[in-house]
Amino acid sequence: MADTTQTAEPASKVDLPAHLGGGGGGEIPSFDCTFRIARFDPENDQEPHWEEYSVTMYGTDRVLDALHKIKWDIDGSLSFRRSCAHGVCGSDAMRINGRNRLACKTLLKDLDTSKVITVEAIKGLPLEKDLIVDMEPFFQSYREIMPFLIPSGNEPTRERLQSQADRAIFDDTTKCILCASCTTSCPVYWTDGQYFGPASIVNAHRFIFDSRDDGGDMRLEVLNDREGVWRCRTTFNCTDACPRGIQVTKAIAEVKRALLTRSLA
Amino acid sequence: MQVHEYDVVIVGAGGAGMRAAIESGQRARTAVLTKIYPTRSHTGAAQGGMCAALANVEEDNWEWHTFDTVKGGDYLVDQDAAEVMAKEAIDAVLDLEKMGLPFNRTPEGKIDQRRFGGHTRDHGKSPVRRACYAADRTGHMILQTLYQNCVKHGVEFYNEFYVLDLIMTEVDGVRQPAGVVSYELATGEIHIFRAKSVVFATGGFGKIFKTTSNAHTLTGDGVGVAYRRGIPLEDMEFFQFHPTGLAGLGILLSEAARGEGGVLRNVDGERFMERYAPTIKDLAPRDIVARSMANEVREGRGCGPNKDYVLLDLTHLEPSHIDEKLPDITEFARTYLGVEPYTEPVPVFPTAHYGMGGIPTNVESEVLANNTDVIPGLYAAGETACVSVHGSNRLGTNSLLDINVFGKRAGIAAAKYAETAVMPELPEDSESFVVDMIETLRTSDGPERIADIRRDLQETMDANVQVFRTDETMRQALNDIEALRERYKNVGIQDRGKRFNLDLLEAVELGFLLEIAEVVTVAAIHRKESRGGHFREDFPDRDDENFMQHTMTYKDEDATSEGIPGMRLEWKPVVITRYQPMERKY
Repeated sequence: MADTTQTAEPASKVDLPAHLGGGGGGEIPSFDCTFRIARFDPENDQEPHWEEYSVTMYGTDRVLDALHKIKWDIDGSLSFRRSCAHGVCGSDAMRINGRNRLACKTLLKDLDTSKVITVEAIKGLPLEKDLIVDMEPFFQSYREIMPFLIPSGNEPTRERLQSQADRAIFDDTTKCILCASCTTSCPVYWTDGQYFGPASIVNAHRFIFDSRDDGGDMRLEVLNDREGVWRCRTTFNCTDACPRGIQVTKAIAEVKRALLTRSLA
Repeated sequence: MQVHEYDVVIVGAGGAGMRAAIESGQRARTAVLTKIYPTRSHTGAAQGGMCAALANVEEDNWEWHTFDTVKGGDYLVDQDAAEVMAKEAIDAVLDLEKMGLPFNRTPEGKIDQRRFGGHTRDHGKSPVRRACYAADRTGHMILQTLYQNCVKHGVEFYNEFYVLDLIMTEVDGVRQPAGVVSYELATGEIHIFRAKSVVFATGGFGKIFKTTSNAHTLTGDGVGVAYRRGIPLEDMEFFQFHPTGLAGLGILLSEAARGEGGVLRNVDGERFMERYAPTIKDLAPRDIVARSMANEVREGRGCGPNKDYVLLDLTHLEPSHIDEKLPDITEFARTYLGVEPYTEPVPVFPTAHYGMGGIPTNVESEVLANNTDVIPGLYAAGETACVSVHGSNRLGTNSLLDINVFGKRAGIAAAKYAETAVMPELPEDSESFVVDMIETLRTSDGPERIADIRRDLQETMDANVQVFRTDETMRQALNDIEALRERYKNVGIQDRGKRFNLDLLEAVELGFLLEIAEVVTVAAIHRKESRGGHFREDFPDRDDENFMQHTMTYKDEDATSEGIPGMRLEWKPVVITRYQPMERKY
């Protein structure tokens, strides 16, 4: 039987560091910052234009809080997607100071708030309105790599067995939340909209390296296409952009290697 | 306006909706309508695990799981439903594994299991390892796996289609659904979806509170739509406050942190849960832990400059163990509070988490029109529904189980019903209610702002209808809500466009929030006892004699309840099979 939890009972009482004690005021410092946001109203504008907004924010605030403050208190027409607000749903990928990030995971204190903060929609997908893009081409590529387990043989009555080591091989790529930060940070994707893009390859990786899966060759064939993994020029933008810390470029390299070794076999 | 026709229409694409879609999509022509992209659904934020008595790591069986669920819900659970859930939990987990879910594994390669609050061996003797998990992103993996399998089966999604009305009709004197009316966010167009069966799987309504683990999108639309069409809502007063939200932010830190050995401490460094639940301590059910934490703060033993939170201490755990089992939540602590959980305890306080109540259903996921009659062709599953497996307090992990077990049942039942049912005629002007609502709001130019009303609503709910409640505080909340509903009539929005008018979307959502907050508060005032997640300081004891029953709230123009016109409250008996109510001690 596995026993992976800690066995020692934690102490009933410990000494805490002094700063966790009581007393004192809890004033959170506030500061002013200016946002320059790329606005686009499809019903009236020919192309996007910049608008500036100044807001007073607090030390613990994220870019999403600032966008909400602008929408809720200044201009209700500002449009952007968001849902969970803590980096797990993948709705609010956007270009913040020229880098793809999730607005809900980007703390203002980590940006230089003495300068204007720019926010625009992610690049490479058709712009719909303000910070909203059409995600359909992105999900289309994802669907093409057959992102589901393709097992072989008869279905067992209990679970399929998988060793901890086999499970660990594809752990990193299971973290993907399909936010498109990686794919829309890729210069190849910007110039060639047919390229599958990093997110699709990450999700192919998640199955190709799953010991329970038998559809790897089919996916590799898809990715061996002219618009497949070979378009990747290893610029590492995708790895930098991933809000989940997935080693995207490494995963793409592993898929490339699998293509070479498996096609030689 | 466009009119579409399907056998089955599923509203919502979180865990319950997609689990239903996988079944229904293989049996009947099915459409899934969802306000947000399926992979954005809040199922993905669930962390810790999904319980099933697999007995992979220690002795366990589904009867113990049933008992824990009943006791955890403070005996307000319908025991037939809890039994179905605990029994089918095993297949639900195995189904997911077969669909590809990457569970953590034991050294033998089986699905690993860990401890969770309120889940015990042999009727409360000690914590048991029952939660199957994938690190601390189990919900994420469930959502991804279900979406992947929807792709596999070619399920038809209508993404960013916001359902705003349920079309009801009468066939041979029986009320039943004829479809739904939906607003397409991208275009502003109205779509009618005719259907033989309709499944509601629209999630919860946590945004009635300010401090919450819920997504911005969880505004109670599904329960609101049903309620406005005369369908009762069950047990709405029972709302779960999860003990460990990041202090000040409400972001969830999984109970798995305590399942893996973390403990709560007050300002004296004391592991205070030893006093409140001597046997299972920090792994007591959430209502008890949340109340204990709030009590520590009230009695002056809170931490920090304002003494308004307690601490989740993981510092005695090995960093490698934390990295392996709790990577995401420790990252949340680092990102949002700048706290390093390896070496520092994490500030936490209860956060509004889960509505136990919802649209009443039976174990077949059929929606009830009243205490006994089903509405043919209408189904509900997940947090939207109240079946009731959670009673007055849900056990951790049982929501992921609920969506899988009853989502699957709803999908099968809806498709089966559609096989023989005749497509109901569409009543005249089915869309007019939605068209009027949308046009009124789109052109609204009153002085009141959506955000102000919502903020005021959330603040009064946090202050007055939270972990501790009294008649006085709740009457205050009710007065505030009534005033806010008046202000809502004078709301103005700024976006006049048709495409992606999210200003308008928020105005519509606010209407649901106000309505649901009122239902929650009236039902809470009406229940003059304390049970599970509903704790009344003016009635601190459980009162089985008078209140061992479910609350059913109806929208009824001819009635008045607790001084609020337009509402009728009734009671519905609890189903008791094998466990007689006992005192709840841990």
